[in-house]
Amino acid sequence: MRRSIGSKPAHAETPWRDKHLLGLEDLSRGEIESILDRAEHHANRSAQSREKSQALKGRIVFNLFFESSTRTRTSFSLAAKRLSADTQDFSPSGSSLSKGESFIDTARNLEAMGADILVVRHPTPGTPKLLAEHVASAVVNAGDGAHEHPTQALLDLLTIRRAKKTIEGLTVGLLGDIAHSRVARSNIWGLTKLGAKVILCGPPTLVPRGWERLGCEVAHHLDDVLPRCDVVNVLRIQFERQHAGLFPSIGEYSHFYMMTQERVKRARPDFLLLAPGPINRGVELTPEVADGRHSAILDQVSNGLAVRMAVLEMLTSHTGPARDGGE
Amino acid sequence: MATIQISGGRIIDPSQDLDFVGDLYLGRGRVLPFGAGGDDADLVIDARGMIVCPGLIDVHVHLREPGNEEDETIATGARAALAGGLTSVACMPNTRPAIDTQAAAEFVVLQARRARQANVFPVGAVSKERKGEELAELGQLVAGGAVAFTDDGAPVASAALMRTALEYARMFDRVVMQHCQVPELTIGGVMNEGFESMRLGLGGMPAAAEDIMVARDIRLAEITGGRLHIQHISTARSVELVREGQRRGVKVTAEACPHHFSLTDESLRSFDSNFKMNPPLRTWPDVEAVIEGLKDGTIEILSTDHAPHAREKKMREIDLAPFGIVGLETLLPITIKCLIEPGHLSWPQVIRKLTWNAAALLNLASKGTFRAGADADVTIIDPNVRWTIDPAQFHSKSHNTPFGGWEVRGRAHAAIVSGELRFSRDPSHQSLIPT
Repeated sequence: MRRSIGSKPAHAETPWRDKHLLGLEDLSRGEIESILDRAEHHANRSAQSREKSQALKGRIVFNLFFESSTRTRTSFSLAAKRLSADTQDFSPSGSSLSKGESFIDTARNLEAMGADILVVRHPTPGTPKLLAEHVASAVVNAGDGAHEHPTQALLDLLTIRRAKKTIEGLTVGLLGDIAHSRVARSNIWGLTKLGAKVILCGPPTLVPRGWERLGCEVAHHLDDVLPRCDVVNVLRIQFERQHAGLFPSIGEYSHFYMMTQERVKRARPDFLLLAPGPINRGVELTPEVADGRHSAILDQVSNGLAVRMAVLEMLTSHTGPARDGGE
Repeated sequence: MATIQISGGRIIDPSQDLDFVGDLYLGRGRVLPFGAGGDDADLVIDARGMIVCPGLIDVHVHLREPGNEEDETIATGARAALAGGLTSVACMPNTRPAIDTQAAAEFVVLQARRARQANVFPVGAVSKERKGEELAELGQLVAGGAVAFTDDGAPVASAALMRTALEYARMFDRVVMQHCQVPELTIGGVMNEGFESMRLGLGGMPAAAEDIMVARDIRLAEITGGRLHIQHISTARSVELVREGQRRGVKVTAEACPHHFSLTDESLRSFDSNFKMNPPLRTWPDVEAVIEGLKDGTIEILSTDHAPHAREKKMREIDLAPFGIVGLETLLPITIKCLIEPGHLSWPQVIRKLTWNAAALLNLASKGTFRAGADADVTIIDPNVRWTIDPAQFHSKSHNTPFGGWEVRGRAHAAIVSGELRFSRDPSHQSLIPT
């Protein structure tokens, strides 16, 4: 039976015990915090020791990526390896998908090879959910179209929490192409559940009307809202949007929304700069800002590893021992 | 030909404002005058507790033949129609090839005759190959049996072509049916544009894309005097535009489908492609406006937009899955549940939209009525039987429905076409049904 979305109370104190990670919309505050706590543990531990955890020994993790990705896939692979899982990448080019095999059939094949966890990225919203309904393996959404990218939002949350100690009460600006961004959606769910105020900022073609209904403030002029932000998360502009004519030119976009040294001076002295990357230097950010003292971009990458370790570990912690009885 | 006595049912014939318990007699393929039958009928059907009405007509179905017989054929679709209580259906021309010539229309007529199930009337294309460029040979389509014209599935995007079609079709007194949607506003769209599409990250199709074309075409119908029919109306504003056009005397009619008065875009949270159709499921205010339009008569016709798709096509990523759901076998129970049970419409009002009004739209003079001499097409409905919709039991070749598992009340008990019992749920009738 399908679980209805958002059916759980927002402040349930139970740790996260779901079979799949499909999105943050489904999770309660307590569940999100339990993942962040576990991720924090891994982040601290990695800083002290290179020794692997044995948590996923004997488990098989498949990275099933129907859309290009380097950093997310590498991060998931490394996270699985740090937990002693066997990992295998699978990407559609050169596979049976080009022979017309459906993605559900592909996933069932990987399941038959013993996959305990399928990490799935796909250009279509809802695809991880569809897979979860058809396979027995655990499914982790590594980005589905413009819908959700929960581990990205979790690593953003972890980065903010580690830098600011708490998320409750902060004002977080999400900047850029909100309409087409899965990172924005997952961040909105996570941030609002954890008590932050979210400001969405971009041109009206990329931040259309209606987003206020998700509990966000909508703004179109960065200079007006920047001074109020404790955190600014700069989303990547997707160049195909410009080709679709949703804004006149990259130059005009940069004029209004690029984070420059000038703008940094008008921001809060302790503001935190995030960017899920890959960043376009000279479009969303100047190089000085990307590498400047407010930037947490590289912390995001290392926190991403910790978050993905926590997610993989928590998914398997309640599914019984590995099939081969790994120690 | 054998005579049939349908005895003791509630006879509802909105064409004559009849609603009484009595007997209906059929002979020589025709409806006999009330009271004219004797006690010597070849077949007596006990219809006590049932509703007996002129055979129901669905003005909007897709039967996929020729070209996509894996989804449906004229025979399976016409069988599903009978199981749903529909004795006549009008099939859309978006086949491969399109029904855009006399020969193509005649093929449909021939296949339907061979199938010997529900009557099937072809609707011809407005434009050659449904490309929206040149007018199809409308007059020869009529000669081949076409009862109306449409490029359904694709709107006639060109205002100039639509104007010409409305004007030219007057020569045959045939209606031009339009799938109203400005194509450039719905590119990449999967569902209604709004709060739900935003939260799900799915491409949106704004209500305005429908409204704009409805407004345009009503004006074109007005200046040409042509007959315009708005297919599967789905937005509040479109209903208002039709209402206002009718008030001005424009020859505009509209149909509504069960999914547009029973479901909203919130259903897409399941990412289930059985909730993906075109026009898409809208919002509650739209559903309420469609129901209001059905109540005040603005929307004169109920239809299904029966759109079968084989499982392997529909069971995939939602943006790649085709639009459309089957509807023939769920029309009655969903209409009962969502229109009759809540008190929005009475049985006679529902039956009028599925008989007399539908026959008038398609110029079927001898159908949709129990006037003496009319075609002996009869639907017998058991209005009270409780059942659970199970797509596996469908007669249609395809099972793509959003209503699977619904607990419903009422269904077709039997269907008579041209004085011949062609469908019945009564086990004692099975030997009488031609195969």
